[in-house]
Amino acid sequence: MDMINILTVFILAIFVGNEVITKVPPTLHTPLMSGSNAISGIAIVGAIISTKVGGEIGTWLGLVAVIFATINVFGGFMVTDRMLKMFKRK
Amino acid sequence: MEFTKLFYVLAAVFFIIGLKKLSHPKTARNGNIIASVGMLIAIVVTLVAFDVLNYKLIAIGMIIGAIIGSTFAIRVKMTGMPQMVAIFNGFGGGASALVAAAEFYSKVGHGEQTTFLLSTIALSVLVGTLTFTGSFIAFGKLQGFISGQPIVFKGQKVLNALIAIALITCSVMMVNNPDQMMTYFLAVVILSALLGITIVIPIGGADMPVVISLLNSYSGIAAAATGFVLLNNGLIISGALVGASGLILTNIMCKGMNRSLANVIFGAVGLTQEGASGDAAGKQMNIKSYSTEEAAMIFDAADKIIIVPGYGLAVAQAQHAAREVADYLESKGKTVLYAIHPVAGRMPGHMNVLLAEANVPYEHLKDLDEINPEFDTCDVALVLGANDVVNPAARHDKSSPIYGMPILDVDKSRTVIINKRTMNPGFAGIQNELFGFDNTIMVFGDAKQMLTDLLKDLKEL
Repeated sequence: MDMINILTVFILAIFVGNEVITKVPPTLHTPLMSGSNAISGIAIVGAIISTKVGGEIGTWLGLVAVIFATINVFGGFMVTDRMLKMFKRK
Repeated sequence: MEFTKLFYVLAAVFFIIGLKKLSHPKTARNGNIIASVGMLIAIVVTLVAFDVLNYKLIAIGMIIGAIIGSTFAIRVKMTGMPQMVAIFNGFGGGASALVAAAEFYSKVGHGEQTTFLLSTIALSVLVGTLTFTGSFIAFGKLQGFISGQPIVFKGQKVLNALIAIALITCSVMMVNNPDQMMTYFLAVVILSALLGITIVIPIGGADMPVVISLLNSYSGIAAAATGFVLLNNGLIISGALVGASGLILTNIMCKGMNRSLANVIFGAVGLTQEGASGDAAGKQMNIKSYSTEEAAMIFDAADKIIIVPGYGLAVAQAQHAAREVADYLESKGKTVLYAIHPVAGRMPGHMNVLLAEANVPYEHLKDLDEINPEFDTCDVALVLGANDVVNPAARHDKSSPIYGMPILDVDKSRTVIINKRTMNPGFAGIQNELFGFDNTIMVFGDAKQMLTDLLKDLKEL
């Protein structure tokens, strides 16, 4: 049951992603990439959890995962903001 | 616990709204802020809901990550954006793989493993690790640590195929062989790390935008796979969004080059091939080389000017100089537009960000379909460090590697002024017959220097 549920969510989310992202104009494709980089930093949720439940090896793997994911979250959102700030009208 | 799951969905909703607001430059910045609030919600909920977490360790990890991430974000030059996105794809994929690995070590051997859990762990580790190593190779190529040219050798495709088959076999064995699980798990890690390297090294030069987009997509798929491992809808939805985004961009890049994804991945175009240059190489071209002074006179007589930026502009950091020339020409009552080819630069939208940095209003940046009809009435097309995207061979020369690629019709302008450092061919390694056209004028030199000189000469007219 779990499997069917999450597959349903996954498939529907791909359709949502497709709808939303095809509307992003080419001029914003670089911020789109860096912004979606930041969003893939959502793995931080799993990383935080694994520092607890992972046992000793898991804890250390979790720590590295937290570092990696935080780099993505901070770096991704900040650099996207830096770029979007520059897009101005005449 | 059930309650917290709602917050993950809320975070995902914030991401979707944030991406939706990226549909216009006016709302985009707010969209990014909304998405980051979504991330904050997800992090806070996780910290609160899972009690007795190792808070000290998490704090250390987050502080280190925040320092590294923000340093990258603040210090990266706009010209270096492709490298930064490449390496961030790697961190994202790496984080997902590590979470799945941690889950493997904690659950396996404790009687908790199901086929579903093991297959999702295998998938997450496979895609995540491959993204990690592949992205670092892409970063190295873009940063110049390793050759940006495709690295090819005999039997490469066979080797890749063998690694891929071994990888799939080991993944299947890991799921079905409880006794040997640990061995197969390590084999999956090593083989996917290897595959990430071997599939990226033969790709180079102008094909880099495709690679970066594809790795972007993989980092999303890895996050979604980790969501399957943890049964977490937040990760699944976010991963699916990023995966879809990367795939759409990959598709746009492939279309921009009129090539299939398979051809980009296995074709190794960009390598200088003997005899691939078609007729153009055989013919002696009559090249007219002008000084900036002479070029200035042509600009002076023009009403409508279209600037075509390419990777050379980024290398020379000439975006500001280009805008200053454009400003001056506009102050003389001339129209100046910018033509942006989808694969100009080293990542999707690269040129747009560079020109936005130089304060060029985004309304002046036109994409391929918008700008091509404008060349008919254009007096001067100024090509700055672009080559393959303006090569007319793409229209008629079936032997050319870029045959069929949509190009910017600069040759329809009254005059084409091309700035290049030397006569060396572009990244696809092909000569450009445009340089010898009657209405083409070459102005050699570094783009930034040339534009500065041009501006000086324009003012002295």
